[in-house]
Amino acid sequence: MVRNFPPEFVVRVDREACINCLRCVRECPFGVHEYDREKKLWKRHHEKCVACLRCAYMCPVQAISIERSPMEYAPHPVWTNRVRKDIKTQAETGAVILTAMGNELPYVSYFDRLVLDACQVTNPSIDPLREPMELRTYIGRKPEKVELEEDNGVRLKTKIAPNLKLETPIMFAHMSYGSISIEAHLSMARAAKEVGTYMGTGEGGMHVELYPYADHIITQVASGRFAVHEEYLKRGAAIEIKIGQGAKPGIGGHLPGKKVTEEISRTRMIPEGSDAISPAPHHDIYSIEDLARLIYALKEATRYKKPVFVKIAAVHNVAPIAVGIIRAGADAVVIDGFRAGTGAAPQVHRDHHGIPIEAAIASVDRRLREEGIRHWGSIIASGGIRSSADVAKAIALGADAVYIGTAALIALGCTVCKKCYTGKCAWGIATQDPELRKRLDPEEGARRAANLLRAWSHELKEILGALGLNSIESLRSNRDRLRGVGLTEPELRVLGVKPAGE
Amino acid sequence: MEIPLRKARVSREGEFVVVDAKGVHYRELNELINELVEKGERKLRLINVNGQRYIADGLRCDCYIEIHGVAGDDLAAFANGPTVVVFGDVQDGAGNTMNAGRIIVHGHGTDIIGHSMRGGKIFVRGHVGYRVGIHMKEYREQVPVLVIGGTAGDFLGEYMAGGRIVVLGLERLETYPEIAGEWLATGIHGGAIYLRDEVDEDRLGYGAKVEKLTHDDRRFLEAEVGEFCSIFSLNPEEVLNAEFTKVVPKSHRPFADMYSDAKEG
Amino acid sequence: MSGREIIRMSCMMRDRYDGRGGGFAGYGIYPRYAEYYALHLFFRDEVAKERTEELLKDRVAIIKDEPVPMRRVREIPPENIVWRYFVEVPHRFRDRKEYQEREEDYITELVFTINDCIDGAFVASSGKNMGVFKATGMPDAVAEMYKVEKYRAYCWITHGRFPTNTPGWWGGAHPFNLLDWSVVHNGEISSYGTNRRYLEAHGYKCRLLTDTEVVAYLFDLMVRRQGLSMRTAAVALTPPFWKQIERMPEPKRSVFTALRMTYSQAMLNGPFAVIVTNRDTMVGLNDRIKLRPLIAASSEDCVYLASEEAAIREVESNIERLWAPRAGNPVIARLNEEVREEVIH
Repeated sequence: MVRNFPPEFVVRVDREACINCLRCVRECPFGVHEYDREKKLWKRHHEKCVACLRCAYMCPVQAISIERSPMEYAPHPVWTNRVRKDIKTQAETGAVILTAMGNELPYVSYFDRLVLDACQVTNPSIDPLREPMELRTYIGRKPEKVELEEDNGVRLKTKIAPNLKLETPIMFAHMSYGSISIEAHLSMARAAKEVGTYMGTGEGGMHVELYPYADHIITQVASGRFAVHEEYLKRGAAIEIKIGQGAKPGIGGHLPGKKVTEEISRTRMIPEGSDAISPAPHHDIYSIEDLARLIYALKEATRYKKPVFVKIAAVHNVAPIAVGIIRAGADAVVIDGFRAGTGAAPQVHRDHHGIPIEAAIASVDRRLREEGIRHWGSIIASGGIRSSADVAKAIALGADAVYIGTAALIALGCTVCKKCYTGKCAWGIATQDPELRKRLDPEEGARRAANLLRAWSHELKEILGALGLNSIESLRSNRDRLRGVGLTEPELRVLGVKPAGE
Repeated sequence: MEIPLRKARVSREGEFVVVDAKGVHYRELNELINELVEKGERKLRLINVNGQRYIADGLRCDCYIEIHGVAGDDLAAFANGPTVVVFGDVQDGAGNTMNAGRIIVHGHGTDIIGHSMRGGKIFVRGHVGYRVGIHMKEYREQVPVLVIGGTAGDFLGEYMAGGRIVVLGLERLETYPEIAGEWLATGIHGGAIYLRDEVDEDRLGYGAKVEKLTHDDRRFLEAEVGEFCSIFSLNPEEVLNAEFTKVVPKSHRPFADMYSDAKEG
Repeated sequence: MSGREIIRMSCMMRDRYDGRGGGFAGYGIYPRYAEYYALHLFFRDEVAKERTEELLKDRVAIIKDEPVPMRRVREIPPENIVWRYFVEVPHRFRDRKEYQEREEDYITELVFTINDCIDGAFVASSGKNMGVFKATGMPDAVAEMYKVEKYRAYCWITHGRFPTNTPGWWGGAHPFNLLDWSVVHNGEISSYGTNRRYLEAHGYKCRLLTDTEVVAYLFDLMVRRQGLSMRTAAVALTPPFWKQIERMPEPKRSVFTALRMTYSQAMLNGPFAVIVTNRDTMVGLNDRIKLRPLIAASSEDCVYLASEEAAIREVESNIERLWAPRAGNPVIARLNEEVREEVIH
């Protein structure tokens, strides 16, 4: 067979250290390691290696190393290896190239060009280890003002719309059951309940094993309406209408047929093995008034007891769209930036559509304030949130809370090999294969996911302390505590941030 | 100069609780319906309904609700069990993501009737509009059924993953005499559509093909069309004594070849 | 018909609006001044008004001018002075360089000049024996402000807005008007950029920051200036798909192909339902895959078009015909004629 391009990775094994335990053969779902017992010969299929690093982690003597293949095309700055590889793949298959995880192109990261202030002298910092530091956040619609009535003591007259109470402004993003395993879902659900935050089901429904955690789960109504059932809607803590996602703005979700097992077929009510491609639009939403109609149909169906969010991808006119969404009755608008991850997306979409989340948060927050309706709904940001610093910056730009997706999976063991759509996740996360799923123990997964949240929450407290704030509310939209480094004038203007030095 | 919104007038007529919906906003009307059902009422008659939306949305009960007038958008969306009979027309989205129950419409329907339906039945005596039965689903015995007495517009059964649609074409439109529109069943990968007429293959959408009816198909039609006819006082023998065309998916993976692994080649 | 009914129809659909725009257009409301152009103008302040009046005196003869009768309405802050001018073009003006071939072109030029060059002035309508009443507010508040219930017209259209792309300002509310043409529109014209450039090349100035204005101008261009019939104009705006044109027999196929080739930049794309009126016609039109609702109906003496059947039934109890027009087929209603849906698709 003539290959069109050289393998990306090379599997190097230290022959002296290797004890021939054959563990790597069992661990690799991609069939890289092959051992011929009769001839006692090893065959390593380098071209199948995706650098998931499972074998390297699991080798008892650490004899395995995965390296970037030294073999290359002749260098060319325009016709990069990736470009050459993509064209050859398409010449071979005539198909759209599928990939996973977030945007890989080297667009500027605004988070990395924003720096946080710190207090000194005139505005003292606060010691987060010993003094109270509040991260509690409420997501939902707030009233314009509060009316009290005196009647044998003071009582609240204003009716407050249903809100979600978060102990930390970080939630687990929606990743569908189908794209990831029930074990991954369980890990996040348990961690969310333990820490006092929420997790999203994604568009594949809520597995029955998640029911005990349902009041820490946000259900999702996506265009495929998979698993959308009246009970499901009433069971979760909130409902999120997914209009779009940052990884593939303008197109729908995609679960490749090989991941649609019997279990998935039952939950989603589609034929086994058939690709679950969510349509690009919701077919009952062709206008902002149609979105309002769905929002209220859901509120009516759940008797106005659940907040209803709307999730959109960050695109050019995200600000007026978000305003429209809030005016249409949504209790929060979720904005997913162009670095957001996915289990499967056409590469061209993932890398070329959408705008950075930083710019989106800043402009949506500003626009809502200009129209005097910022309190009508919360802003939840997501898409490439990598650390507590990103969380703090997102909140300073105007978000109320963030969703983390890829970061949560990395906590569960993911190494971002970007092969989620094959269903062969070596870590038992993005797979439905029962053997692979055994590799993710939900108890351990929950411990790690909760640890991540706790670690970031501690760091957020330290950040707040350094900023002289003891409550996260005071960081929200506080762009004065940010400065830009290496940003152009228009970028500073859009973000609403001054350059360092001013 | 607003139209004054009233509180609904409630009375009793035999087993029915009668609600006069004239001038009542949908929020109040639906709040009242839910309260009555919670209290144990099982038969409701809503009169003077004109455009109120979201009636019976998310309702889980085996109650019987009559609607006299025009039911507004998203009638019985997400519903789980009620029987809703409309003596009049329905607007967009009736039966949207419905899970169980029945909707019987003596008039016509407009667009996206039965969108993402998962179970239950919708019977419309007259014509329906565009994108009807779009993305219907099924699993084992839970098979939604949609029967239309008149004709349907373009994109009927688009992207069906399951369920059954039957179009009888008993009356035709002057401006468009076909039994169904173009892009029929485009993207279908589960379920089936039965049309009581010939269908020009040119009108079929992506991934759809025509197939001969089996014995099981005939029995299905006898049952559903039979029920349809008895509800609307039609002669089942006459209606069933015709050539039906069956439209099914070419494959349950119509888009299998569209995407490739970045590693292939 | 008094304005009361159209107001009731509008109120019935109030859940579709968000209150940032509402308006009405009535035809036949100025029988005493029927042969004059009735210019409805918004002025942000007296300065804008003075400058506009200077221009008007220079271009037309003002027969009568007065404030449009209004009430104070709590929900709508009075951002603009609203005035009406009944004008005509005296013969002696026809020698001027601004006057082209037809009087209507002269008036449209005047409208564009006011909208474009006079800051704070905006022409809400410029037809004869008709007028547009609109503002930023719910339609029923707008109706109350302008005392719409007191006017009698043989044709009324109305709209409630839920704007997403462009800010809410009085001029942004529907109906949009140019001469006798008025348009109300539900949806979004995604081909706006293309349509705008096409129109600008024909002398129209798209200044109103909203996609709907192209619909009014396209009808003006094709029907009034180029003399196409309403049906042909509709074919240009919502042509059948190529695969449908291929199926047509000759000579129909050549006609449709030529229309589509010539008017490719006029074609409207995006989800929309529009109702377009002029002094003797009302046309309803959907996009080619019917992404927005539209219902047509007729009683013995009246034709209705609306986004919802319930809005029609709110005011008419003797409906003879009621149906949902097919995507891309215009529904054409003319005074004293039977309403019909033209079969294009």
